[in-house]
Amino acid sequence: MIQVKQLQKEFRIHQSRAGLGGAFRDLFSREYKTVKAVDNLSFTVEEGEMFALIGENGAGKSTTIKMLTGILTPSSGDIVINGFVPFKEREDYVRSIGVVFGQRSQLWWDLSPLESFRLLKSVYKVDDTAGEKWLERLIEELDIGSFVSQPVRKLSLGQRMRCEVAASLIHKPRLLFLDEPTVGLDVLVKQKIREFLRNLNETEKMTILLTTHDVSDIEALCKRVLVMDKGKLIFDGLLSDLKEHWGNGTEVSFQMKKRTKASELRNVLGDMPCTIEQINDYSLRVQVPRSQEMLPFVLSTVMASFDVSDVKIMETSTEDIVRNIYRTDGEVASHA
Amino acid sequence: MHKFYMELIRMRFLTMLAYRVNYYSGIIIYAINIGAYYFLWGAIYGGQQQLGGLSVAQMTSYVAIAWMSRAFYFNNIDMEIAQDVREGKVAIEMIRPYNYLSVKTAQAFGEGIFRFLFFAGPGIFLISLIIPFHFPATAQGWGLYLLSLLFAFLINTQVNLLTGLLTFFMFRNDGMIRAKRVIVDLMSGLVLPISFFPGWAQTLMGFLPFQAINYYPSLIFTGVTSAARAWQLIGFQVIWMVVILIPILILWRMARSRLVVQGG
Repeated sequence: MIQVKQLQKEFRIHQSRAGLGGAFRDLFSREYKTVKAVDNLSFTVEEGEMFALIGENGAGKSTTIKMLTGILTPSSGDIVINGFVPFKEREDYVRSIGVVFGQRSQLWWDLSPLESFRLLKSVYKVDDTAGEKWLERLIEELDIGSFVSQPVRKLSLGQRMRCEVAASLIHKPRLLFLDEPTVGLDVLVKQKIREFLRNLNETEKMTILLTTHDVSDIEALCKRVLVMDKGKLIFDGLLSDLKEHWGNGTEVSFQMKKRTKASELRNVLGDMPCTIEQINDYSLRVQVPRSQEMLPFVLSTVMASFDVSDVKIMETSTEDIVRNIYRTDGEVASHA
Repeated sequence: MHKFYMELIRMRFLTMLAYRVNYYSGIIIYAINIGAYYFLWGAIYGGQQQLGGLSVAQMTSYVAIAWMSRAFYFNNIDMEIAQDVREGKVAIEMIRPYNYLSVKTAQAFGEGIFRFLFFAGPGIFLISLIIPFHFPATAQGWGLYLLSLLFAFLINTQVNLLTGLLTFFMFRNDGMIRAKRVIVDLMSGLVLPISFFPGWAQTLMGFLPFQAINYYPSLIFTGVTSAARAWQLIGFQVIWMVVILIPILILWRMARSRLVVQGG
């Protein structure tokens, strides 16, 4: 459904010279620096997939989404989506997609969302009866019925965001792009939007692509994750593989009844590939790589050999993983 | 799609209606302008019957109608485009299956109709009470005037699209947009009928599209021209419209490929 091959986007950025003299010189000749926002990006997406594009600020996520939606023209490379080349056949192509920008509104500020929907329906030439039914479903599932006829400027961010999602779906697109859809929203609204998207993916087989900074978005929604860094794709694969690849494994902290040293624990565990860390005289932390058999073994051995008063098991969160990825200039891990 | 453009025109019309208080002050400003020009021209004419081929009465009508025409063809879509580009709103316009420039033109048209009905109409009525004013005598005169006014709107809108599009390349061109406004007012014959300019300036302006924006329709309204001449003027307007369309299309293509969405 989406095919991206060796996609590149370069921007020419004007460099200002310092000081008044520099400003004068800028009037006549300008210096430019070429920045590669997206560098040799390739991936494919099947119909009905739901996946996330993550990365630091400035990693090139938004630029990528803007090229995929036909807003920006790539410097080189190929994109084919739904059988269209987005930047070439923009007007036809955008009929088959929906886009939500978390930071920009597509509703008309002075109108109510309902009137915006009506206008969008005439933009997309939506069939009246089927369109009406679909809209009713959107309104019900996003739970926006109570404020859908108030002017947009009077809505809260959470209310507006749900209306934005509805607006992007008015024409029942096959593909939905969401660029940071949950920025600034509270937990309840986030949850509502996620549930709605998941349901949409299941019932309508809609392909959904989102960029986000919010790791819980990915955990709740996506199986597949693409990680970008400095314009390059550094990981493309399943969320579980991501954890395997970048995670710290599992952390177990033991609270002992007696003073226990790390070396004593090491004796018991033998040459198990794990790291032991002394927190204080009574508590120790063991870090176990991700593997099915290792954790039960560590637990049972330690429990059998020492008087343990408390045990805590901590799975590395996706958040830690993302932090790990951002910290390292990692190699490319490929999907497929 | 056709339905959508009608909807856009209607919506802009309604938005203008919502902010109508702006327009009460607008009417007063236009009335003062027209009044000032009326007395100014009265002084310039002194006792003379004719100047530059226009009688005092025709000149009065010319001044009044020039301002009223302006109410219809004038719009700020270049400013709007500049704002869309500056704030990155073009991104939203690009994800919609329509042509951005056509949408802007439709919106400008909604604004034009509003001004024509609620601004130029009452304005002309008020002025005709105070100063001697000559309406076209025949239905044909009215028809020719309205037709040429429509083309005046289109040409002015195209000029605005052109200056607006330059924002895609320069990112800040407020100064140019303002300069353009003054140039259009001067060269279109709003401030001074084209026939009053020195010969070399008239020749120069013959090669520019601006007189098609105001001078032609106003001339047709005053009845100085024959019907045949009026048709000829409308013909020039059509030619200008086609000619300006070419750079717009080229610039639009270039703008699309160079587009940078500002602010993330």
